[in-house]
Amino acid sequence: MTRAAETSGSLLCFDVDRVREDFPVLHQKIRDRDLVYLDNAATTQKPQTVIDAISRYYGQQNANIHRGVHYLSQEATFAYERARARIRLFLNAAANAEIIFVRGTTEGINLVAHSYGGSNLKENDEIVISHTEHHSNIIPWQLLCARTGAILRVVPVDDDGQFLLEEYAALLNDRTRIVAVAHASNALGTINPVREIARLAHDRGAVVVVDGAQGVPHLPVDVRDLDCDFYAFSGHKVFGPTGVGILYGRKSLIDAMPPYEGGGSMIKTVSFEETTYADLPAKFEAGTPHIAGGIALESAIDYVTALGPERIAAYETTLLEYAIDLLSEIDGLRLIGAAPKRDRIGDRVGVISFVMEAAHPHDIGTILDTEGVAVRAGHHCAQPAMARFGVPATVRASLAFYNTHEEIDALAAGLRKVNEVFGG
Amino acid sequence: MSELRELYQQVILDHNRNPRNFGPLEVANRHQEGHNPLCGDSLTVYLLVDDQGVIEDIHFEGTGCAISKASASLMTSLVKGKTATQTERIFADFHELVTSAVDSPVDDAKVGKLAVFAGVREFPMRVKCATLAWHTMRSALHGDNAPVTTE
Repeated sequence: MTRAAETSGSLLCFDVDRVREDFPVLHQKIRDRDLVYLDNAATTQKPQTVIDAISRYYGQQNANIHRGVHYLSQEATFAYERARARIRLFLNAAANAEIIFVRGTTEGINLVAHSYGGSNLKENDEIVISHTEHHSNIIPWQLLCARTGAILRVVPVDDDGQFLLEEYAALLNDRTRIVAVAHASNALGTINPVREIARLAHDRGAVVVVDGAQGVPHLPVDVRDLDCDFYAFSGHKVFGPTGVGILYGRKSLIDAMPPYEGGGSMIKTVSFEETTYADLPAKFEAGTPHIAGGIALESAIDYVTALGPERIAAYETTLLEYAIDLLSEIDGLRLIGAAPKRDRIGDRVGVISFVMEAAHPHDIGTILDTEGVAVRAGHHCAQPAMARFGVPATVRASLAFYNTHEEIDALAAGLRKVNEVFGG
Repeated sequence: MSELRELYQQVILDHNRNPRNFGPLEVANRHQEGHNPLCGDSLTVYLLVDDQGVIEDIHFEGTGCAISKASASLMTSLVKGKTATQTERIFADFHELVTSAVDSPVDDAKVGKLAVFAGVREFPMRVKCATLAWHTMRSALHGDNAPVTTE
């Protein structure tokens, strides 16, 4: 029995073959090889139910929402608002009004930076982020600093990529207004201690913004348990469509915040002298939204919920452990971040970053591609994180619940081929 | 494996492992930086150009994949001693080669040693790796001010 078969056999509770049947894109050949899709941190594949929801919307339901009195418009409005309610339950938010549809994590963070940041920050106030943030959780804050004269502070990480809580606590002060951190690092997979980060921030009166792009796909998320003030995620990274995402905002905060964009849907009354704004969440949803995307996102959330976020996390952990063991045996391969530490497996999601002595990440990516294995090679929109570990780029293999132990075998075989080609 | 051997030919692997004219050039009178923001690769090309516009010496340094490093290395050995006009002609032939259709014939007489990069055609995402050094060298040669970027 192969090692892969042994490990799969111990996970009878998770029928990955059955799950894979729901994802049509997985069943194809790439360069005459079975596709092995390990670029899930970039975007995830979609189950048939999500594809069907989009098709059904445009085929049978299409109408603009929140404005028509006709039948189709009411049906579309109902479906869209049902999706919002479903997502509220998924995140355990207190009210539907706290669930704002946005284009994705990036827009969610920019909304907070503009609306909350623009109206609450002044010169010499401070914003705290971590060293391993995605560019989308760095640049909106840099822009806010440029507009307001606020100062950006960066929490260091240790050699495993772990957020340093003590250093963080020492950085906080009475001028700290915003703390913005990823739930899990997209470059290294490290999970940040959000609950503890939030507790310390709140002690100083700062608000906490969580970039949940890599949290929601891998971890159960409860915004009230995390006690964060804002939590943003992208639909396409959680098996839903591109172009739609969610910003959760604590009601007491978003109630007081000014609109982000102006336009249709976000008003009560408009005259040239004075405009009054709509109640939450419409105040932050100017213009016709991605209606099909919002409705299909509900299908994606239903799919994930049916599988069970806890079961997903447990299955991905077995895959991650298996991958770390196999990759550790490959000559000249160096894992970046906490990946080698088996006792810290609970601090990680299924994202593995590595470099190899023999070849540059791009060459590795191309060689894996010829084997049908899709990974990401580059800086993963986290250049400061790359700089922290002294590498210009890494190879990143990122997992989803539809990946198999056999696919990890294919990854390892591809990496041995890298050494063969480059004579490592 | 054949596509891979085609892409990673011995000449490319050799130039990657032992790049020619690698490191700064103290006597350079022109230099330029080039970046590929998509992958984070960057290099600097140094030129010593005489009054007649002939490239007397050329060096490069930086980090990058095997394709970009080998391309930069081969480029330095090919354009040393050439005029700007000759250099432009070599570049044009090279550019035509790496952006041509996968199955179109390679004119060995025209592209010479650069024929080893024909395998790049199979991987369109890698064309920028192969051409970054060339664009950077041309920018230095023509005295452009802004650093080169592939995007």
